[in-house]
Amino acid sequence: MIDAPLASLGQVVDQWPTVAEVIAVLTLRSGFNTTVVTIGTTLFGLAAGVIGVFALLRKRAMVTDALSHATLPGIGLAFVIAVALGETGKSLPILLLGAAVTAAVGAACLQAILRYTRLHEDAAIGIVLSVGFGAGIVVLSYVQANMPAGAAGLKGFIYGQTAAMGARDAVFMGVTAVISILIVVAMLKELSLVSFNDAFARVGGIRVGLVDFGVMVLVVVVTVAGLQAVGLLLVVAMLIIPPVAARFWTERLWLMVVLAGVIGGMSGYLGASVSALLPRKPAGAVSVLLAGAIFALSLLFAPARGVIAAAVRRVRLRIQIAADHALESAFESRDAESDLAVVLQRVAAQRGWPRWLTPIIRSALRRRGFAHGSGAAILITGAGLERGAEVCRNHALWTQYLVGYADVATNHVDWSVDQVEHVLSGQLIAELEGELIAKGIAVPRVPA
Amino acid sequence: MSFSYAQDLFPLTAAVLAALVCGILGNFLVLRRLSLMGDAISHSVLPGLVVAFLIAGSRSTGAMLVGATLAGIATVALVELVKRLGRVEPGAAMGVVFSILFATGVLLIERASVRQVDLDADCVLHGQLETLAWYDAPATLAGVLDMQTLAAVPVQITTLAATLMLVVICTVVLFKELRLAAFDGALSTSLGFHAGALHVVLMVLVAIATVASFEAVGSILVIAMLICPAATARLLTDRLGTQIAVSVGVAIASAVGGYVGATLVPGVFGLDSVNAAGSMTVVAGGLLLAAAVLSPSRGVLAAGLRRRQVAKRVLVDDMLAALYRQRERGEQGVPIARLQSILAPRPVNPAIASTAREGLVERAGDDIALTATGEQAAAAVIRSHRLWETYLVEEAGLASDHVHTTAAQLEHVGINPPIDAARDPHGKPVPRAAAEDSTRPGR
Repeated sequence: MIDAPLASLGQVVDQWPTVAEVIAVLTLRSGFNTTVVTIGTTLFGLAAGVIGVFALLRKRAMVTDALSHATLPGIGLAFVIAVALGETGKSLPILLLGAAVTAAVGAACLQAILRYTRLHEDAAIGIVLSVGFGAGIVVLSYVQANMPAGAAGLKGFIYGQTAAMGARDAVFMGVTAVISILIVVAMLKELSLVSFNDAFARVGGIRVGLVDFGVMVLVVVVTVAGLQAVGLLLVVAMLIIPPVAARFWTERLWLMVVLAGVIGGMSGYLGASVSALLPRKPAGAVSVLLAGAIFALSLLFAPARGVIAAAVRRVRLRIQIAADHALESAFESRDAESDLAVVLQRVAAQRGWPRWLTPIIRSALRRRGFAHGSGAAILITGAGLERGAEVCRNHALWTQYLVGYADVATNHVDWSVDQVEHVLSGQLIAELEGELIAKGIAVPRVPA
Repeated sequence: MSFSYAQDLFPLTAAVLAALVCGILGNFLVLRRLSLMGDAISHSVLPGLVVAFLIAGSRSTGAMLVGATLAGIATVALVELVKRLGRVEPGAAMGVVFSILFATGVLLIERASVRQVDLDADCVLHGQLETLAWYDAPATLAGVLDMQTLAAVPVQITTLAATLMLVVICTVVLFKELRLAAFDGALSTSLGFHAGALHVVLMVLVAIATVASFEAVGSILVIAMLICPAATARLLTDRLGTQIAVSVGVAIASAVGGYVGATLVPGVFGLDSVNAAGSMTVVAGGLLLAAAVLSPSRGVLAAGLRRRQVAKRVLVDDMLAALYRQRERGEQGVPIARLQSILAPRPVNPAIASTAREGLVERAGDDIALTATGEQAAAAVIRSHRLWETYLVEEAGLASDHVHTTAAQLEHVGINPPIDAARDPHGKPVPRAAAEDSTRPGR
């Protein structure tokens, strides 16, 4: 049986938790340790989402990946040094301090590569990431070969090890996360200025370099805090995915920060809960997949920037443009031809419409009151002809503007005019008329 | 410990082949600013590997190769999709896609590990070079070169060798197109070599290279070799052909150096060997650092030296010009303290020493005065300065009280403006060109 192992995936029967157990975990009532770990992971997710927003807006998303990889040698070296100094080497603060130190060294190397060589940011990130992680693996393999007692614990930092987290570790993580969030809230004005217009921020007296440095410090702090919960390979996911998902829903920064925090926090909370309920479900990977699911939903369904909303808008615009073309054509054929069927047939042939478009346009025109009647006797209304006149005039106006004002050759304007005539707003039309009058160019009159 | 065929031949061969495969392709990634694509692909092959393993039921290289290549191509496609549909910044799109795929892989592995299968994320990360040992290896070179031993060559090495051939052939055949696309994608497309299609070819090659390499050396070395050798070579040369050749050398040096560093060096100190793949990335990073510091054309050191030389030349020019201006006011010698206050904050003593050595100035007690040759050199600087002032006022339309600073920079460039005048805008005489420039120091 070739497919036996695949089938075996299904045969792995997890002990499904009872409803009572699920509720106990979700309401934080299944033991002190589980509760603290869940709260800690939730707070970490929250902090990562909030801080990730600024890493994303400053186009530093992948820099966070380099920094998280660069923590590994620090963890290993801290362990080696701690053991050499007679400590146990299992002390979390010492290991995390080492992680923060090498992450900072990584950040400095990144800056140095960009400053002193001609390599671009992508190469610099890749270099810090791979050399940092490679060095970490060397140190870990040294530990494994020569001080086997401690090696097992260190590997947990790569993939995360919520199961091995103690209450004190979780408290440490939670406190770090809360402090980072408070810093972001306190600095929100400076951060938002720098994120959207750093030149303006600089003129306004904000030291952009310092703010960027602060963001990177916070990224390192959050990365280090999350090492135990999700592991260094996936910390970057918690920093990038929630902000990217939040970006689909809003154009406002504070809302994006809140949303990213909520998405990150929810992913962390549910990830830790699932991990507590089911065996062999690492909290890190589950949290990332939950955040990923939220990202996919946002990508598809968000009303502002989602794929479906954008597609609907595009189809609507296309229908509107096609309807405009029909009305324009009806208006231009002066012999007051108002038989819509004839007009549509002609425009469809001229513009190469696909067969299915004509009926859609017909109903769109009727819905907007530009046509009335049904079947064979469907006629264009007065309002329809007025709209046709308007489109016609916009066309002439824009042509006049391009030829007279923008110095475009007469035989080059028609194509671009055809694109623009449908989207001119009333305000823009008034402005165009003003410009043309100022330049002494004849403004086209409303065709009679 | 020393080199033994049994222990070291196959791992070293595999490492060198993998380094070559990735090192050659990396040149195009680094130039097209796609370095992180290698990172993304090598993370996200994980779920492809697990699924391929589960379907095939064994770690047969063929199945793994297909699964991982498909996962690699899916990564590229998904990143493009997220970028275009979601209008997400490229770096972030990559981060989202590969971390989700990687998390999927981690979960699948956890799931599969129930069946005690020999597949864990660790060996995906840092490979298993050490397991390629050749236990019944012949003891002599002649024995190794015997045709019969070819049967003992592990499949990872044959896969890598085949991949290397594929990469070399593609690079040679598509060299012109890849080069064009690497430097100017739009031009390439307009000349009929579709940059988008070349991008796809490159990405597929990267996916194949990643997959062929990772089993032997692990994904971290793949990422390092895709970026570091090419980046190192980029710091040493401006020609793509030379760059590829240099990157090949760097890749081999990293693999061999890293292997020796990991296996042989710790043995000298009585320690167990460390992870070879990790050690190779460290060596690659070290070589990059060396190139960044020592590169004759673009190294930090060379740039610093050049800057110092220029600064010294400018200081000498300025000092000679200052002496010349004092002489115009009728002073033959200038006290060192005055000269120092004119040229502050730069220390004037080194310039006095070097110009005195060249016979441009002479000391009389505390006073410095121009010699005859020194006066000619100083006149050339002053001439350049005053001609530039004239030019800036007459041709560039600047106000006469705004030109001094610019002229004071241009006078050191060694090119005079295409203009001649007897007096500068401030009414000062422009020295005549004695044998123009040839007497000036440092040229």
